[in-house]
Amino acid sequence: MATPQFKHALFCAVITLVIAYPILGLDLTINAATIDLQGADTSTVVAIVAAAFVVFFFQLYRDTVMASLRKAPKLNPLSGREPLPQAKRVKLESWVLTGIVVLALFWPFFVSRGSIDLATLVLIYVMLALGLNVVVGLAGLLDLGYVAFYAVGAYTFALLSQYTGISFWMSLPIGALLAALFGLVLGFPVLRLRGDYLAIVTLGFGEIIRILLNNWTNLTGGPNGIGGIPDPTLFGMEFGRRVKEEGNTSFHETLGIAYSSEHKVIFLYLIALVLTVITALIIRRFMRMPVGRAWEALREDEIAARSLGLSRTAVKLSAFTIGAFFAGFAGTVFASKQGFISPESFVFLESAIILAIVVLGGMGSQIGVILAAIAVTILPELAREFADYRMLVFGAAMVLMMVWRPQGLMPMRRIHIELEKPE
Amino acid sequence: MLEVKNLSMRFGGLLAVDEVSLDVQEHEIVSIIGPNGAGKTTVFNCISGFYKPTGGDILFEKRQIQAKPDYKISRLGMVRTFQHVRLFGNMTLVENLLVAQHRHLNTNLLSGLLKTPDYRKREQKSLDRAAYWLNRVGLLDLANREAGNLAYGQQRRLEIARCMVTEPKLLMLDEPAAGLNPAETRELDQLIVSLKEDYNVSVLLIEHDMSLVMGISDRINVISQGRPLAAGTPDEIRQNDDVIKAYLGEA
Repeated sequence: MATPQFKHALFCAVITLVIAYPILGLDLTINAATIDLQGADTSTVVAIVAAAFVVFFFQLYRDTVMASLRKAPKLNPLSGREPLPQAKRVKLESWVLTGIVVLALFWPFFVSRGSIDLATLVLIYVMLALGLNVVVGLAGLLDLGYVAFYAVGAYTFALLSQYTGISFWMSLPIGALLAALFGLVLGFPVLRLRGDYLAIVTLGFGEIIRILLNNWTNLTGGPNGIGGIPDPTLFGMEFGRRVKEEGNTSFHETLGIAYSSEHKVIFLYLIALVLTVITALIIRRFMRMPVGRAWEALREDEIAARSLGLSRTAVKLSAFTIGAFFAGFAGTVFASKQGFISPESFVFLESAIILAIVVLGGMGSQIGVILAAIAVTILPELAREFADYRMLVFGAAMVLMMVWRPQGLMPMRRIHIELEKPE
Repeated sequence: MLEVKNLSMRFGGLLAVDEVSLDVQEHEIVSIIGPNGAGKTTVFNCISGFYKPTGGDILFEKRQIQAKPDYKISRLGMVRTFQHVRLFGNMTLVENLLVAQHRHLNTNLLSGLLKTPDYRKREQKSLDRAAYWLNRVGLLDLANREAGNLAYGQQRRLEIARCMVTEPKLLMLDEPAAGLNPAETRELDQLIVSLKEDYNVSVLLIEHDMSLVMGISDRINVISQGRPLAAGTPDEIRQNDDVIKAYLGEA
């Protein structure tokens, strides 16, 4: 009876039981002389045992089951077809993407406030990941301190609005440019560094910024952060119930509709959406331009790139600067969305998550990175009940991903360039 | 056009290159030969700016270049290949050739983002040039493949094409025939001669394949243990006693 299959199936069933324990948040407590299982009623226990049995029998008869499944008609109607010709596919892709963006424009008017808030956060992460994708995915420079530029963008807006009363729209380019400047400044000392060494220096840079924000209490308020960051306005129309700044009008009064706190949330979402689309389009264009190819060439072989006349300095600095620029964008939106920022929002974990998004999505691949940003931000929100095990599940997902699909969700596809045959 | 005078390169206690002199004139193929470890590639690295020589002068078109950074030297019109092929492996063949034309392109970020007419014109020109050279080395059908997937001989040819799209005046080839079979070596032989004859490029060549070197070189420099051993036409070198001794050992 103890065939290898039986042993394997038994093992899998036991693993199912063991995994169910932390994932479902069960707890064993000692109650006088007996041991109680807390956090589970009878039905849960029955379900777990049933799941273990299903796993056991599936593993025991796996070969037979899989063979009969293979005989079943194919469910995916696309699997047998010829791949589309290049030009047609590009056209189809751009139509699908435009459709998705249009859907995203109208979507917030039909859903709850909480979902819009979450979607705005997702868009901020998409922007960050697209920016980091330039540095890590395209230029191959491992940057572990990317969150610093995000912080620069956010704090620029917060401080400017606090001390000078500058609006969101003025702050947006200033924050992005200042973040880009910081990218440039970080770029200089790390020009000669690669790989591990670069990672450590950028990690240090990220910490410097965070600690500076934490300790420069006079300016930044230290750990208390900065509050009262104004919301963006639409052509001088404010979204609050009452107008805060003189000369502005309020949105609901101008349009003659009833006040709703949702207007502001939807407006912020739309701003984030537009900025994300702009970011994606600009970076997509960069990838087809000399500068994008130079980034990749430097990643592939620095010596060969130099031997062909590419300046290492110019290429690396441009990657750092442009990557940081979009982080500054994202930071400004973040500050406006939260209304309050403190150094706690810019810890190393954020850098790690953004990097994880880029790696999971597929280095250099824009669509992959966007999908990964959505997955990594939304999944923890959906899994709020087992918050304790969130990081555990996240880590396990990373490990599995790297084992089974090291190139990422959607690996980068090379750009097809049609050449005319010379005479 | 290229003049190297008394070039020395010292790595700590090791004198890798000792007072080597050579020159390349317009429309000429000059070879550097010598036993393994003689310092040939070190000479190349000094000329192309990857090493800063510890002594001597390097002049390209009568201008001192030994203090210039590598990428500036290549922009002067002097590009090289590598002993171990160095392609941008994850990029397609076309992209490899487009990267090489970086300085011919309009690299202004704004004009690229807006696709100005000037940008489009230059982009088209560089695409045409890439198509021409891919066709010339017989790789046009593979234009959108990734360079890393090519066979070794094809990679060698692509590396030469990548140099040629930069429109160099002097091409430096570091053991281009290494790892090629006899048929591929013959093709390479014809290609190098054609570069000189049809495209008016001078060639500085490091090579171990003697039939290739003797067949196409106008002049040959022999280096042994970092020191110059002999220089002259292929016939002179073939009969030089020192060279025979260095290669075959003393009887």
